[in-house]
Amino acid sequence: MNKSASLRTFRHLLALPQPLRQRTFSILNRPPPNYPGHVPLTLAERGALAVGSAFGSLRNPHRHDLIAALGEATAKPYFISRLRTAMLANPTGRRILRDRPRITSQTMSLEKLRQLPESTVGRAYAAWLDREGVTPDTRDQVRYIDDPEEAYVMQRYRETHDFTHAITGLPVIIEGELAVKAFEFANTLLPMTALSLVAVVRLKAAERKRFFETYLPWAVGNGLKAEEVINVYWEEELETDVEVLRARLGIEIPPDLREIRKTLRDKNKAAKAARDARERLGAATGV
Amino acid sequence: MASLLPRATKRLRLSPPSGFVCHDCRRAFGSSVCQSQQQQPAPSQHVSQSEKTTHFGFETVAEELKASRVRTVFSSVAANYDTMNDLMSLGIHRLWKDHFVRSLNPGIRPASTASSPQATPGQTILDIAGGTGDIALRLLDHATTINHDPRTNVIISDINPEMLAEGRKRFATSPYYSTSTNRRVSFLEANAEDLSAIVSNSIDLYTVAFGIRNFTHKQVALQEAFRVLKPGGVFACLEFTPRLSNPLMNGIYKRWSFGAIPLIGQVVAADRESYQYLVESIERFPSQSEFAGMIEEAGFMVPGGERGVEGELESGWEDLSLGIAAIHKGVKPVSR
Repeated sequence: MNKSASLRTFRHLLALPQPLRQRTFSILNRPPPNYPGHVPLTLAERGALAVGSAFGSLRNPHRHDLIAALGEATAKPYFISRLRTAMLANPTGRRILRDRPRITSQTMSLEKLRQLPESTVGRAYAAWLDREGVTPDTRDQVRYIDDPEEAYVMQRYRETHDFTHAITGLPVIIEGELAVKAFEFANTLLPMTALSLVAVVRLKAAERKRFFETYLPWAVGNGLKAEEVINVYWEEELETDVEVLRARLGIEIPPDLREIRKTLRDKNKAAKAARDARERLGAATGV
Repeated sequence: MASLLPRATKRLRLSPPSGFVCHDCRRAFGSSVCQSQQQQPAPSQHVSQSEKTTHFGFETVAEELKASRVRTVFSSVAANYDTMNDLMSLGIHRLWKDHFVRSLNPGIRPASTASSPQATPGQTILDIAGGTGDIALRLLDHATTINHDPRTNVIISDINPEMLAEGRKRFATSPYYSTSTNRRVSFLEANAEDLSAIVSNSIDLYTVAFGIRNFTHKQVALQEAFRVLKPGGVFACLEFTPRLSNPLMNGIYKRWSFGAIPLIGQVVAADRESYQYLVESIERFPSQSEFAGMIEEAGFMVPGGERGVEGELESGWEDLSLGIAAIHKGVKPVSR
């Protein structure tokens, strides 16, 4: 009686969908990959990857692959599933999950985007890429998320990050990236976006002040208020007017960061030049 | 019945199916081993007779592609090579290399009697797959400092130009390279299976540290080693072993290899795949006794080699760190 009961329980457990079943593999006995490039990790490996990539990307913020790995290592158990559920709850999100479009330099032709009318999303995107000097080059492939659909959600989030930059106008410098990450945390709730805010310690004092006074309140307020940006089918919105899209999503544009920095830099340069001139004059007249 | 099992329980076998040995390694086995492996390994059944394949880690690749795949791996690891070695072996690789060089005792101690210092010509050492130069530097330091031999010189050879560039960087600040009159180290980009740039019977000591497991045809490399060495010359190889003899330590070691090392590769060098290849290539390397057999087959005499009841060598190598690495030596016989 006991043996058959425990066998029944065992079979019940094995029949549960994978997210609910306890992880039953070890380093030397990995299950086959669920999609090309998939690397199943044990809990210990995932923890070590999270810690290692967190410190590695703090030391060297140019290591985008570590930021990507941090995102994947910390997305389970709850957060990426919540994001996928949010996509499934929305008709456009469902279409995106069915079509699984990818954004690469091949699928997004910058030549065509530059020719679109001035106020469109596509033109804003191309203009932003040109202004910042970046390309929609292939983002790192998702490798450490087990479910193929959740892996696609993470890939989609990664590839649409630049669109978020484009419609908010925030630049690629660390200040701008932190503002976008704060917005994304309020909007998508992915832990990596919150963890990357630790990079605030790398900002200069004036930048930090600006961040806490202006951009963080903007990011949190707008991120919470706005619609889920992951549900925007960007490929279909390229010819939409940017203002219309922002109004539909409920996003206000923040103060132009590059302009603020430029004004401040020019002011400082002028003040310094005036000071130098006064000193020279003082030295010349012996005052 | 198997189809009723949930997918996750069909495990991917991490170790190769029992009995699979690559074409090159199989030739070295004695007859007793051959008989137990009558069933052909799966990969060769799918390719035509003309296309020969070999292992690249756990992948099967065409033979002519392996060298370029290896070259690509080492191009990407070259820059962080030394940092990664320290992290993967927790610094122990330095102890292994120090012991390796010390046990070889390179350099000829000048006799205190009348013969002039000019008479002793110094040794010519060939360091294979030694791109970054860590073994070559140790060899020259030992010869110069301990044996007071200022004439021993080292030829560093590697298939990969990026690794050689790292070696040149290392030697640029050393006394062995700076003056062109007394340059004691030279760099040679070559495949160890084809050392036609080196004259036969001209090398006193041939060393290869952690390189031979990457060679496509190990037996050919061993034969080239035999050709270039002088009679009485020494072949020395420091290499990882595929498993430890203690099962508990082996379990821990394998989990470190397959779990931690690719992870460190991802975090430090942004390259999980190359380090996955490295640990898989260790798994595919022949055991100490099989490799000692291959050394003997190339014509070397293996010092301390004793055969057991089944005809395979039971000794003739030195295990390091519980058998994680091993030093193999062979001597080219002097006369026929």
